[in-house]
Amino acid sequence: MAILVDENTKILIQGITGSFGGRHAQLTLDYGSKLVAGVTPGKGGQKFADTVPIFDTVEQAVSETGATVSAIFVPPPFAGDAILEAVDAGVDLVVAITEGIPVMDMMKVRAAMKDSNARLIGPNCPGIVTPGTGENSHGGCRIGIAPGYIHKRGKVGVVSRSGTLTYEAVYQLTELGLGQSTCVGIGGDPINGTSHLDVLEMFNADPETEAIIMIGEIGGTAEEEAAEWARENCDKPIAGFIAGATAPPGRRMGHAGAIVSGGKGTAEAKIAAMRNAGIEVADNPSDMGQALVRAMG
Amino acid sequence: MNIHEYQAKELFEKFGVATPQGKVADTPEEARDAAAELGDAIVVKAQVHAGGRGKGTFKNGFQGGVHVVDNANQAADIASKMLGETLVTHQTGDEGKLVGKVMVADAVEIEKEYYLAVLLDRESRAPVIVASTEGGVNIEDVAAETPEKISREVIHPLLGLQPYEIRKLSAKLGFSGDTAKQFGKLLKGLYQLFITCDCSMVEVNPLVTTPDGRVLALDAKFDFDDNALFRHPEIAELHDPSEEDPREVEAAKYDLNYIGLDGNIACLVNGAGLAMATMDIIKQSGGEPANFLDVGGGATQEQVTNAFKIILSDSNVKGILVNIFGGIMDCDVIAKGIVAACDEVDLDIPLVVRLEGNNVEAGKKTLADSDVNLVAADSLADAAEKVVAAIS
Repeated sequence: MAILVDENTKILIQGITGSFGGRHAQLTLDYGSKLVAGVTPGKGGQKFADTVPIFDTVEQAVSETGATVSAIFVPPPFAGDAILEAVDAGVDLVVAITEGIPVMDMMKVRAAMKDSNARLIGPNCPGIVTPGTGENSHGGCRIGIAPGYIHKRGKVGVVSRSGTLTYEAVYQLTELGLGQSTCVGIGGDPINGTSHLDVLEMFNADPETEAIIMIGEIGGTAEEEAAEWARENCDKPIAGFIAGATAPPGRRMGHAGAIVSGGKGTAEAKIAAMRNAGIEVADNPSDMGQALVRAMG
Repeated sequence: MNIHEYQAKELFEKFGVATPQGKVADTPEEARDAAAELGDAIVVKAQVHAGGRGKGTFKNGFQGGVHVVDNANQAADIASKMLGETLVTHQTGDEGKLVGKVMVADAVEIEKEYYLAVLLDRESRAPVIVASTEGGVNIEDVAAETPEKISREVIHPLLGLQPYEIRKLSAKLGFSGDTAKQFGKLLKGLYQLFITCDCSMVEVNPLVTTPDGRVLALDAKFDFDDNALFRHPEIAELHDPSEEDPREVEAAKYDLNYIGLDGNIACLVNGAGLAMATMDIIKQSGGEPANFLDVGGGATQEQVTNAFKIILSDSNVKGILVNIFGGIMDCDVIAKGIVAACDEVDLDIPLVVRLEGNNVEAGKKTLADSDVNLVAADSLADAAEKVVAAIS
């Protein structure tokens, strides 16, 4: 089952002819995922890696190939427009990898998506991986920039705002022999499409997922809201980690959304909310895998 | 990104937000000329980003970065004591900030102080206007002590500020008649500025009424969305690197995400979340992080070398922790960057390296084959303990 995507999901990539998009499109093909189309305005009719057709518009790509998910690798000035184009073309899921989109663009995109059925993951995120069952998890669905080979198909759901912390957690789980159902990077921007809470709900409803790792960081109150929901509603064990306890207030720590402002968004408040919800909070990032083992009892 | 008070005033004038009359001056003579155009109550303000200017002290012994005088010659005299001098306030740190410009403005008489801000609120994913009858004080204190005195108006992200919203806020602040009209014009301009310039916050504190019935923005604080500066070259130009940590200015040249801190253990990490977590674990292990540094997911050897040089330029640094989880990134690129940096600079402090992930064996070999004196670590926890032990 997994959530959001599985090995049959048909993927298209907007920005496939850029160096960043192209590199990860190739890695997605190498992983055995079903990358069926690319979109770059003005390059319709060409092919990526001699196999994947490129279209001028997302509408053409969807109608010709039946792609249901679009990954956005478009540069920041054009990324908001690219997301809206994908939504307009009727995809189910848009995964925005792009880092550095102006926050007002994302504000408008979210407002414009209010009545749409499409879900947005990201922006500024590593994407989604539902591991496959082959060697080094080959044959799964890799959308975005995560290293596929560190995964292993299994029963742990992972949700995180940070790319490298996700990889760190996944790597530890795999080393411990604990595979993953789906790993979702929701991104480090202040306005994003999908929250921790949204993903917890999906994992809770997914029969394949038996335990969850939730990784957060300073800024905003999304982790607190997710913990509050989990306390009442989630019947699966959860382990967590929050980064940024030593970050100085008022400074943006790399991610646009990682900022403590007006006393809100501190690591202390998030960790307290998670512990209050019965979530096993790891002391440090090296302890995330073991924390899940403890949570599972 | 922050800007100076005089730059904020210029933006306000452009968008029709009323402010006291005044000008910026680079020299005492310019300050005299600017003051001559004003009345007999003139304020001279040192232009630095830090707060607490009024209570600050110059390194030449002169007290206060904000002075009220009653004639142009006095304004020139005060300006001469500020310009080219270094002002220390509770926000500048001991090194202080060099004052290159002063603002000379009408010292308006204040009837009542208010608070007014527009900010992009992440929870409502919309602009929010915050207004209060309690101005001139820290709004966070007002929020804690008398939250009923703060009004919040969430603005529709696609419709923008509506006339009824202005009327609501005006009524809540107790304005009527002509002051309500002036407030409406000011708020409209402020909102327009906020949207047009991709601000994440514009705070007017205080907004004042004067005995002669004017509504004026007396002081302002801006925060711009750095991600949107590409479409506002005129705003990007307002950036004043002398207001920033020189290490951060240097790091920005190489597209490195660096934030200087006060500790003695430097770290070099890929990924913002992992970089924060690395700082946290240094502290947890009994050390103090000297910086946040994210070299990003696609760092080149040159970037790593420059990152190393920046780290080592900080004389507080007594040890270095490199923590790399190379998912896609090649660990060997990092290793070569470290070796190249150590060839160029004399590394005489402990270096602990934790490498994991893509091509890690080649990376470890590169380090082992080099002359670089380092301690290898297995996990981040192990690395943090080793670096703290190495410097104590």
